[in-house]
Amino acid sequence: MGKKTVWIVWMLGVLLLSVYYSFRLFASDDQEAFLIGPATHGHHQIELACGSCHTSPFGGGEVLQSACVDCHGDELRAADDSHPKAKFTDPRNADRLQQLDARQCVTCHREHQLEQTGTMGVTLPQDYCFLCHQDIAQDRPSHQGMAFDTCASAGCHNYHDNQALYEDFLIKSAGEPALKTIAAVVQRSGPALKHPHHVLGKALAAADADGSATGDSILTDWLGSAHARAGVNCSGCHAASPAATEPQTAPIPWTDSPTIATCQGCHAAETDTFYQGKHGMRLAPGLSRTLPPMTPAQGRLTFNPDAAHRELTCASCHAPHSVDLRQAAVESCLNCHADEHSRAFKESPHFKLWQAEQAGTAAPGSGVSCATCHLPRETHAPNGTQRVLVNHNQNANLRPNEKMIRSVCQNCHGLAFAIDALADPQLIQTNFASAPARHIESIDMALRRDGDSAAAETETPNHAQP
Amino acid sequence: MNIRSTKAKGAALTLAAIALTACTDSGKGGISPQDLTDMLHLVMESDRAVYTKQVVNRLAKDEQVIKASEHFMDEKALPLPAQMFRFGAETVAGKTDKFSYSLQSLWPINKQNAPRTDLEKTGLKFVVDNPGQNFYGEETLGDVKYFTAVYADVAVAPVCASCHNEHKDTPRKDFKIGDVMGGVVIRVPMGS
Repeated sequence: MGKKTVWIVWMLGVLLLSVYYSFRLFASDDQEAFLIGPATHGHHQIELACGSCHTSPFGGGEVLQSACVDCHGDELRAADDSHPKAKFTDPRNADRLQQLDARQCVTCHREHQLEQTGTMGVTLPQDYCFLCHQDIAQDRPSHQGMAFDTCASAGCHNYHDNQALYEDFLIKSAGEPALKTIAAVVQRSGPALKHPHHVLGKALAAADADGSATGDSILTDWLGSAHARAGVNCSGCHAASPAATEPQTAPIPWTDSPTIATCQGCHAAETDTFYQGKHGMRLAPGLSRTLPPMTPAQGRLTFNPDAAHRELTCASCHAPHSVDLRQAAVESCLNCHADEHSRAFKESPHFKLWQAEQAGTAAPGSGVSCATCHLPRETHAPNGTQRVLVNHNQNANLRPNEKMIRSVCQNCHGLAFAIDALADPQLIQTNFASAPARHIESIDMALRRDGDSAAAETETPNHAQP
Repeated sequence: MNIRSTKAKGAALTLAAIALTACTDSGKGGISPQDLTDMLHLVMESDRAVYTKQVVNRLAKDEQVIKASEHFMDEKALPLPAQMFRFGAETVAGKTDKFSYSLQSLWPINKQNAPRTDLEKTGLKFVVDNPGQNFYGEETLGDVKYFTAVYADVAVAPVCASCHNEHKDTPRKDFKIGDVMGGVVIRVPMGS
């Protein structure tokens, strides 16, 4: 092959590649060709909406940082982040930043490097605490000799969220029994509080239905639903305004398949949190491109093969006409999830409590379903009015799992038991089928230090140090 | 380290006035870093004293209608004055890098608030040993040169001394009103 031919082949190759990638970049929705590696468990659902994180082709790390904060900033603020960026921008920490630039999320959480990604999406070696806190034993002698990788892996500390682990909380909760006398979750708010901006109608009967599905199971399901009780007729969903607050000048066309936007009209808090979790993030309005709903086939856990191609929308878990919350709390989950933890649920003490509550032999709120832990009821009190709503971001209290201690576990269990249980990976796999096999000493250590301090106070009530 | 010290009594106000005059007179000289930090500190010190006396000391200690607590969210209490100050510093840090400030002490309850740089150590000791005087210097941190000022942080209300003396993590338990308990460190970058 002559030199001329080589040049022509090379130029043609370059030209073809340029055309291919230009087409992919500018004219196609499929940008998989630019994916430099699979994204983490938290982002792989939206990894092909590149522009959601890479919001600008210009600029550097600040673009990514801004994208991180846009999605996760509120969550960090709500968790009273123990290591906010503002703590590290002070010039006095310049030497520390040379070791670990904690101002940038990507210092610890690098994307598209799945093979290096550990728990919590951390891509650093596990000694990152040691970089700044290597002399902790001087201040806390009890920490003498502890391994560098135990701080955040032993149920004692988290980098961001320590709401259930801070020392005074440990002391305050130290005496709690493994199982509390009154063990139950708070009841959800009624419709009036749940939908404060909607006028609810009177309960509807079969004769009131304004849809065409008469005499079949749809009508029966609807009549038994909270929708019918709250005066939501067929047209309330099937001919609903996309923006319920705007006056309508023309009839709304009937649709057989209402979308999530219809649900959002009345259930804004639920859909907002649904968009934040792995179930709904592909449908989140802020994505750079429209993605179809998540399916188990795209997930990284173990799922029922039969459910592989089920699409995840509100109606996937909430049978749309019966909106049976009991089904949504257990069976809807187990229809898809088939990992060890999920499969063990129906053999667990939690499920027995759930059955007892459903049978009416146990107090309301005392049963424990999948949703009890993974879609927790949260109390909000805007403007002083208390509302109990279900957080539909099922990942919100799993990163790390100690986040569920206060909102979930402590409804029924004492803090010490909850810390021990959540720090036991085997116990989680068996869905808490037995007592925790290991004990985390954090509460004991806090009590000892508190006792030492009180003793010192008694001995030297006005001890002065220079 | 270039160190200067001056009498603080009344000087900050005078300097602020001079600085503003210089600023409006010609626009050439601008405000010196020391004038700037003095003025910033006046605002910080005043707000801090008002919150400590009119909010925390009055409501938590005198009238006892609400607690002040480090865990103010959980306990539905007032943030401690030191927290109020730090939250302000962190908010400023999120908005600008033209200056930064922090609250430190030779007897910190949180050991992360002990002085770290040589200038901080010298400055905090200076304002403790020389009541009424400030400490000024220059230092280089992370390849950036800073004008750094250290101002005494004084116990302005009984609650300042009592809370620190009673805290289990305090290394010193004999503070009384009027004592220098720590210092406010303000930094202004001067370029690489």
